[in-house]
Amino acid sequence: MATAEAAIKVRGVFHQFGEEGDRRFVRALTDTSLDVVRGELLCLIGPSGCGKSTLLNIIGGLMEPSSGTVEVQGQQVCGPLPRDIAFVFQENSLFPWNTVIENVELGMTFQGVAKSERAARAAYALEAVGLKEFAQHYPAQLSGGMRQRAALARALSLETPILLMDEPFGALDEQTRMILGEDLSVLLARSRKTIVFVTHSLGEAVFLADRVAVFSARPGSIKQVIVVDEPHPRKPEFVTSAKFTSLRNELYGLLHDEIRKAVQQ
Amino acid sequence: MVGKTAERRNREVLVSHLIQAGFLVGLIVIWYLAATRWGVNRLLLPNPVAVYDNLFDILRSGEFIDDLETTLGELAIAFAISVAGGVMLGYLISRSPYWIAVFEPLLAAIYSIPIILFLPLFVLFFGLGPASKIALGASISFFPIVINTIAGFGHVDRLFVTAARSMGASDYHLFRHVLLPAASPMILTGLRMGFTTALLSIIGSETLASLAGLGHRIVHLAEAMEMARMFAYIVFVIAIAVALNAIVSALEARGKRN
Repeated sequence: MATAEAAIKVRGVFHQFGEEGDRRFVRALTDTSLDVVRGELLCLIGPSGCGKSTLLNIIGGLMEPSSGTVEVQGQQVCGPLPRDIAFVFQENSLFPWNTVIENVELGMTFQGVAKSERAARAAYALEAVGLKEFAQHYPAQLSGGMRQRAALARALSLETPILLMDEPFGALDEQTRMILGEDLSVLLARSRKTIVFVTHSLGEAVFLADRVAVFSARPGSIKQVIVVDEPHPRKPEFVTSAKFTSLRNELYGLLHDEIRKAVQQ
Repeated sequence: MVGKTAERRNREVLVSHLIQAGFLVGLIVIWYLAATRWGVNRLLLPNPVAVYDNLFDILRSGEFIDDLETTLGELAIAFAISVAGGVMLGYLISRSPYWIAVFEPLLAAIYSIPIILFLPLFVLFFGLGPASKIALGASISFFPIVINTIAGFGHVDRLFVTAARSMGASDYHLFRHVLLPAASPMILTGLRMGFTTALLSIIGSETLASLAGLGHRIVHLAEAMEMARMFAYIVFVIAIAVALNAIVSALEARGKRN
């Protein structure tokens, strides 16, 4: 039953950079398998260099795994799938020579949306992330948090069933990050998208995710999956609840040894 | 607060312009004094008033038109060749990190050679007429253009390319909306540098071996000892060069803003 509902199926994925014996040879992922259920938000968390961003890029068809397969919506992935998957990257993926609204519309141009539809969809997406007044600004005129909202608007305007987010708030300060997390939870509860979200932050993972997949140190594979049984949209009070604290502590316990291992590598 | 600092900045700009203008006026005054009071030979340094009269006469009679046409025609063709060749070749080289690693240092090394040294060869191959000036101007201005084009296209942030591809960008989309806008500030700088070097090398080579053109006219007047008229032509060429460079810089600034 669970497999029938899986929007993304990862089966036995290995990935390495460079050739064995090479000075820059790195085993990034080893025997990773994972199902992402349709409509859930799955967080990938793990020590630096454990391959969680690599896995995200493989799911999105931006990288080819050394071995193993990924299926998205029942089809094997062998390149970018702009109709099914939209990305939000860590930072500065907006084109600096275009305004915010031009950036959003350009995404749809690439995806092949008819010209007549673009303006309305761009305006709607910018309104959804609270950037309506900044449509004519250039990315350099915005704060880091606003730039990530714009990147999110660009991804939302593509209306894909799946959203892959690679540490989208990683470069932001803690407070901006908290607010963006709350807004994201509200937005996504409405959209019912399937989301894979890479993060370093334990709190962010517990606050946003339906399930959290914990990676082991390099070469990474999934050590354990934790379920966060709390309806969306998440309330700010959730952060101070006993449930949140105990989940966060459980995650910390799982991660701590792996982070030590990663540091010693 | 803001108003005051803006006001002060305006005043600083004004003062710096006044100093620049004063410097030029001072030079002309010294020139005038040297020519009229200090007894410098008129064959070495004509009276600026005579130069002014000659300049006025050149402009009124329109005798400069043929030479100006020759020089600007050479410049236009040479620049067109180096732009087409430099941008196209630069783009092709930039497509592969391997070719960048091979050609970037090679082209930079050739760029540092004074190619004007090969003028006798150019004259042997292309004759004394405009063809040798065009070939020289195109060869010299090709290098800043191709080097800047490689730098522009070759160092586009990978994340922009990845993001565009993830949204389904075709090769054409990628070129038109990502690579070209990312590279254009560098390319425009290369075009301005190429234009300036083409202008300098064409006028310079006209003074060395030619049949016509503004550089040719200046040397011809020097040989005829018509110093006041020669100086008038020099002033004329400076004015043309300043105007052309101002136009090209303005186009560059405008291109970078868009």
